[in-house]
Amino acid sequence: MTISLNLNGKTHSVEADPDTPLLWVIRDELKFTGTKYGCGIAQCGACTVHIDGAAVRSCQVAVGDIEGASVTTIEAVSGPEAEAVKQAWQELDVVQCGFCQSGQIMQAVDLLAQHPTPSDDVIDTVMGGNACRCATYTRIRAAIHHAADILEA
Amino acid sequence: MTTTFSRRHFLQTAAASAGALLVVGFDTRGALAMTAQSGGNFTPFVKIYPDGTVAAIIKHFEGGQGTATGLSALIAEEMNMTLQDITFETAPADNARYANLFFGAQGTGGSSAIANSFMQYRTAAAATREMLVGAAAQTWEVPFDTLSLKDGVISGAGQSGTISEFVEAASAMDVPAEPRLKDPSEWRVIGVDQKARLDTPAKINGSAKFSMDVQLENQMVVSIKRSPQLGGTVASFDDSAAREVPGFIMAIQMPNNKGVMAYAETTWAAFQARDAIEVEWDGSAAETRSTDALKAELLAMVNAAPEFRASETDLATSSAAIDAAARIIERDFYFPLLAHAPMETMGATIEPLANGGVMLHDGAQSPAAGHAVLSQVLELPMEKVQVNTMYAGGFFGRRSTPDADYLVELALAFVVTDRTRPVKLQWSREDDITGGYYRPAYAHKVRIGLDDDGNILGWDHRIAGQSIFKGTSFDAFMVKNGVDNTSVEGVRENPYQLPLHHIGLTDQDGPTTPNWWRSVGHSHTAYVMECMMDLCAGAAEKDPVEFRLGYLSGDGADQSRLAGVIRLAAEKAGWGQPLPEGHYHGFAAHKSFGSYVAEVCEISTETDGTVTIEKFTAAVDCGIAVTPDVIRAQIEGGIGYGIGHVMRAELTLEGGVVDQSNFHDYETLRIYDLSHIETHIVASSAPPTGVGEPGTPPAGPALANAIAASGAPLVTHLPMTANGVNFS
Repeated sequence: MTISLNLNGKTHSVEADPDTPLLWVIRDELKFTGTKYGCGIAQCGACTVHIDGAAVRSCQVAVGDIEGASVTTIEAVSGPEAEAVKQAWQELDVVQCGFCQSGQIMQAVDLLAQHPTPSDDVIDTVMGGNACRCATYTRIRAAIHHAADILEA
Repeated sequence: MTTTFSRRHFLQTAAASAGALLVVGFDTRGALAMTAQSGGNFTPFVKIYPDGTVAAIIKHFEGGQGTATGLSALIAEEMNMTLQDITFETAPADNARYANLFFGAQGTGGSSAIANSFMQYRTAAAATREMLVGAAAQTWEVPFDTLSLKDGVISGAGQSGTISEFVEAASAMDVPAEPRLKDPSEWRVIGVDQKARLDTPAKINGSAKFSMDVQLENQMVVSIKRSPQLGGTVASFDDSAAREVPGFIMAIQMPNNKGVMAYAETTWAAFQARDAIEVEWDGSAAETRSTDALKAELLAMVNAAPEFRASETDLATSSAAIDAAARIIERDFYFPLLAHAPMETMGATIEPLANGGVMLHDGAQSPAAGHAVLSQVLELPMEKVQVNTMYAGGFFGRRSTPDADYLVELALAFVVTDRTRPVKLQWSREDDITGGYYRPAYAHKVRIGLDDDGNILGWDHRIAGQSIFKGTSFDAFMVKNGVDNTSVEGVRENPYQLPLHHIGLTDQDGPTTPNWWRSVGHSHTAYVMECMMDLCAGAAEKDPVEFRLGYLSGDGADQSRLAGVIRLAAEKAGWGQPLPEGHYHGFAAHKSFGSYVAEVCEISTETDGTVTIEKFTAAVDCGIAVTPDVIRAQIEGGIGYGIGHVMRAELTLEGGVVDQSNFHDYETLRIYDLSHIETHIVASSAPPTGVGEPGTPPAGPALANAIAASGAPLVTHLPMTANGVNFS
């Protein structure tokens, strides 16, 4: 069926089974490949996008369920938190292979929107679902604190 | 492994390609094809665009280990420009120009990228610099020595011009036989501690392209249904349910009968269709054993006489000394099967080209393998097969296997079609975890005899496990006198000077397709060596660090360099200083891939014994530190990979079927597991050695020794959580 989807500020008309996970519509239909597949069962966070501003695992969202919602991916995420997070990721050279980092960044942006000065415990809780097999975790933690400092300044 | 660089080889290669490439370009798709007017390749490793942009051509793929930045740094240094101003491109498949000088073929592994390229890349860039300056000197009719190149500008003798003005003239010059390399005192890139990874910008804005991101017009996506029982083959299949999946194209039995390939318009449709295919499996040649039985077999092997001897000292001599000792310490160890589980699951794409050839799009750990596999399976001459090396979403050894598994699958998936549509193979996470390409399981048994003063009199070390290299095309290089070196590396040639050290090995007919896994043999040997050193120190009532240093008193570089990192890590961690109540330190040090790493793990425990990992302090000696912050990142990641697996990771088999399937039951390290790592790099003028793997081996035993220091038993069978340890 035809589904209308607002992605990165633009309305797209997509031919898809309504049960199709949003992840695969974003990647294979709309060709925004910054959002990654890592597990398909919400265990790794690589597919994290924002739906109406909130971080969501796009592998678990049926595209038919979000008509009218606004979806944002790594390619278009913006705003003060996003700018601060990207700046912090850049200044600390967080990435290694980079495959999980779109999801890490999308989750961290939401984290900072909810918790402008997060404690380590909050970071552990909110970021605990985002796996990084390169184990860039200590830099992710430092970068989130750094981004909080940038936002505060 | 030798780091000797063949100057003659370089010059032959460079001479063959410099200039000539200027007009032909090397990318037949035309995107990079150049003419004399548009830029030039001076060597296989440096490209200069008309606007003066300099690109390093990286022969090793970027899978997170920082190679793109490291190799570019070597070029930037000798081109006398900053890392911020250089760009990079991946090399095409070409063994003649881009071989790993340690392997003789184009590929990445063994933490060798910088080590094998250090002289080659610098020499290439220095030659380029001299050709450009030489061309300017000719043009301006001034002596060569009056000119210098800096930041893309050639100046001196009252003249000044950008390198782009001299590309054409320079390309006609002879490649200098022995270009002058900058003296280390002149370095402005190598060794500079800066955060300047070249791949960071693309990886934080979603634009970095991985194999999984290939989206070609009209491509088909293939997902393969494989036997749940390892090694099973297809007897028959029924795809009637798959036909109901929107986007399904077709299902075809693999020519090698190892599975059924579902072709679809999208990845999701391919996964859905694959799951819907019903297969009757032929299990007559399949694995039927369980890991419980295989583990018992391994432990029996190390308690019996070994099959092969991997040491000068024989078993009888070592045993006699141990039997006569005042005290004997003995332990057996078990290391389970492990998957590499890089974040990006395996996959690649074949694109048919207008010239009848194909382009392989792959995060290619071994471009040589993909090149050869496609040429053979598709029956195409090598020159009709191109390789576009993309970013890899991690690898840890997995993107190269002795049988080039996913590349063969992809080639088969393409060859059975009419070859008009691009074919993309995509593994799911379940495919990855159950796929059978694992770090083999190993058992060790160590008996050590100590005298009354706690001195080691003899060390009998037996190992059993599945050989990684036997029966592969690398057999001749890696197996000597029956001993696969990767089964014993780290015990054999360990820098500790141990008396009457017997090493025995028994091969197991293992259940999987064994695969090198970050740090290969060191992933288990370091654990055993370092846990046993701690047990010996405890029995000798000596400090673990002092005890280790006692066996590194020789004059050899191996001993002094390992001792150096041990002292540095101990000093930086405050080893021996009082710790907060309930906090404990554990120590481990190990040499692998030519690099020396010592790590101190600090844990805290709650009253019920629950363990929290507080901090790791590491010291690394990897020779000249080309890109210090990349080194630091690799040690951090190596520690995470090391502890992540010893803590919780294990694959088990029941009747030849893998029990785990995804990250919910093959658990990975999480951000809450580790909050602080501090890495210190030893200043060195030794040739650079690798850092991708050496951070991993000491991490597990440092954690194990810290847990033991808290009063809990030393964990000798892994993973820790299956053997009595709880983490917070």
